[in-house]
Amino acid sequence: MVNGILDYLWLVPALPLVGVVVNGLLALFAERPLLLKEAGLPLPGGSHGSSTHGTSVSPSHADPTSHGHGGGSHGHHGTPMYRKLVALIAPGVIGASFVVALLCVLSLAARPAEGRTFVQILFPWIQAGSFLAPVGFQLDPLSSVMALVVTGVGFLIHVYSVGYMSHERAFARYFVYLNLFMFAMLTLVMANNYLLMFVGWEGVGLCSYLLIGFWYEKQSAADAGKKAFVVNRIGDFGFLLAMFLIFWTFGTVSYTEVFAKVPALSNSGVLTTGLATAITLLMFVGATGKSAQIPLYVWLPDAMEGPTPVSALIHAATMVTAGVYMVARSSGLFLLAPDTMMVVAVVGAATAIFSATIGICQTDIKRVLAYSTVSQLGYMFLACGVGAFTAGIFHLMTHAFFKALLFLGSGSVIHALSGEQDMQRMGGLRKYIPITFFTMFIATLAIAGIPGLSGFFSKDEILWQSFSSGHGSPVFWAVAAAAAGITAFYMFRLVFLTFFGESRMDPEVARHVHESPWTMTLPLSILAVLSVIGGWIGIPAVLGGSNHFEHWLAPVFHPAAAATAHGVAAAGAHGAAAGAHHSAVLEIGLMALSVGIALCGIGLAYFLYRVRTGKPEEIARNWPTLYRAVYNKYYIDEFYEWAVVRRIVNGSVWLWEMFDALLVDGIVNGVADLVRAAGDRVRRLQGGVVGGYAFSLLAGAVLLVGYILYRSMIQ
Amino acid sequence: MIQPSAYLLLSAILFGIGVVGVVARKNVLIILMSVELMLNGVNVAFVAAGSYLGDATGGIFAFMVMTVAAAEAAVGLALLIALYRLKETIDITELRILKW
Repeated sequence: MVNGILDYLWLVPALPLVGVVVNGLLALFAERPLLLKEAGLPLPGGSHGSSTHGTSVSPSHADPTSHGHGGGSHGHHGTPMYRKLVALIAPGVIGASFVVALLCVLSLAARPAEGRTFVQILFPWIQAGSFLAPVGFQLDPLSSVMALVVTGVGFLIHVYSVGYMSHERAFARYFVYLNLFMFAMLTLVMANNYLLMFVGWEGVGLCSYLLIGFWYEKQSAADAGKKAFVVNRIGDFGFLLAMFLIFWTFGTVSYTEVFAKVPALSNSGVLTTGLATAITLLMFVGATGKSAQIPLYVWLPDAMEGPTPVSALIHAATMVTAGVYMVARSSGLFLLAPDTMMVVAVVGAATAIFSATIGICQTDIKRVLAYSTVSQLGYMFLACGVGAFTAGIFHLMTHAFFKALLFLGSGSVIHALSGEQDMQRMGGLRKYIPITFFTMFIATLAIAGIPGLSGFFSKDEILWQSFSSGHGSPVFWAVAAAAAGITAFYMFRLVFLTFFGESRMDPEVARHVHESPWTMTLPLSILAVLSVIGGWIGIPAVLGGSNHFEHWLAPVFHPAAAATAHGVAAAGAHGAAAGAHHSAVLEIGLMALSVGIALCGIGLAYFLYRVRTGKPEEIARNWPTLYRAVYNKYYIDEFYEWAVVRRIVNGSVWLWEMFDALLVDGIVNGVADLVRAAGDRVRRLQGGVVGGYAFSLLAGAVLLVGYILYRSMIQ
Repeated sequence: MIQPSAYLLLSAILFGIGVVGVVARKNVLIILMSVELMLNGVNVAFVAAGSYLGDATGGIFAFMVMTVAAAEAAVGLALLIALYRLKETIDITELRILKW
């Protein structure tokens, strides 16, 4: 009890697991029989007791009308008891988890800055020789930011989901997956070693797959889930190799031990720059898979097939930021490998601008947001790549707020329009769903980088660092600023197309437009507040703030920077150090310039989608090739299909034909054929003639005796 | 005193006649009798060896073989009768259904 509330740190990931178990039982024993009965399917033999109950004594047999009625009226009146229970438990456990996490972080914050690393080892998990991987959780400034964001945003999205999924029949199944995701994500961010992090890493991948393919009866959803899973495996392979290299180099996988050994090992020459580059590059391969960066970003837009709260939670706010978290967590290693830092920064910047341009032409409201997410993740990697890990994590946090809000808002729009996702069939929704409009508008201002809102501070921190830090360059700044302008443009395009102008809805849909229930609007409102004030903890010094966020994370990132200062030039070029080289005037000037670029984007969007609404089509007509290329996402999916998928499929077919069918089957069948042929010959000896048998008996005896005699004679 | 090799020669001749009978004849009855002849050829060798070595074991084994031969003859003849009732033949070359 010496650590107070921190001794209960394990509750943070454990509480969602409780939700998984309870909701899982409800899903199995309350929901599944109900759904099977509705579908007219017999219950499987496993639950025999309830099976006889369901088929012979069920009210549907006694009263034929109740069967058809029960199926249709599911969500409207007479909500089954178990659904209320699920709706209470699922957000409840996450809320409790958030409270515990908050108390733990407060208790951690009360400690002096150097002592803010708390490791709780629960039990040894894998022990083999010198290898030890415990199940342990680590709370330090970095993981506390992640835990609070994950549980906090996660809780709001759980509450939102209760409203959003209220018409969904597989209600309990949905929340089982969602709770399982929270458990895995919290394991990922709070693990005290790479192996346990990998467990969480794979767990969130699994839940992502399950939730993208939640409506698995839809072919596209099932395919999208599969795509996400397969693409993520490519990245995971890199992460695994990186982990092996780490164990090979350091002999341990615990963060504290690994990073404690970094200075000594790099001084003694064991940890060469080449080795560090290999480890970090492989890690970054894992990060590109999970965080949807070039070249592995293709799964994220397709992941929008899942329910919208899932897109908000997994594919915007939390899971996709796992790669950024991993890079930031391993900052000590990344700073040793300037080549990797360069790669990270280049990939981040390229992804930021590349996917932003795709976002311009998408008409599906969720796909615009998906490309926007890919683009914003690119910013975070750009920040990490130029050594500004704090800025990356800061943007991760603010992005979690406003992007979750944008997704939830788009979900609210889709909910209001009975499932319509095409922005070409929206318009003028401002007056029908005012809360959704207002909150989404705030998030749009935030992501566009309007001064005063959270996105401005984090994005500008990244822009400034990419210009001024030791790893940065004006090119990075220019690319990122251009991407910021495009972001502002496509986000306002989204808002204008959705909420302003003439209504382009189907009349049938228009009749049913309604504002969402409070379970959905309340999370929207809270997130809107966070989107505004979330950045205020990181106001840079040049604007009169004190950047609490950077001070909070300093114990995690600064020792790493100090440790490498001997070899890598200007590795520690964080805010304060950078300020020495560059004047405040320059910083303010660049800030104003980037805001100006964002305003240009907004102005252009206003001009094209409010003033001259015919202009976009005209542009598309005038540059048909360009328009089609962007509209079809630069044909990247088609290119991958041709360059990778086809090759692998053809290669697999070749392997199947050459090795499986020809070699392996050939050996097996060849042995069988040989035995058969031999048997065919040998069986003719068994002629059925007793005399023949007697003769062979005799011949055998003669041979044996002859042999024995021969042996005795030569001796 | 007759040389032990003479007894062994007799034994070998008896055994050889038996072998030829088993292999060459078609009549099952004759084959059974030939088997008896082989066994008795062996018996001669046992008794001769026992007498030559002054050891009763050879004689005891001869009785043992006789007992087994008697049992074998009884079973063999019973089988033969059952076979004859079924197939109406005791020609071994016609009894060849037990094959692949």
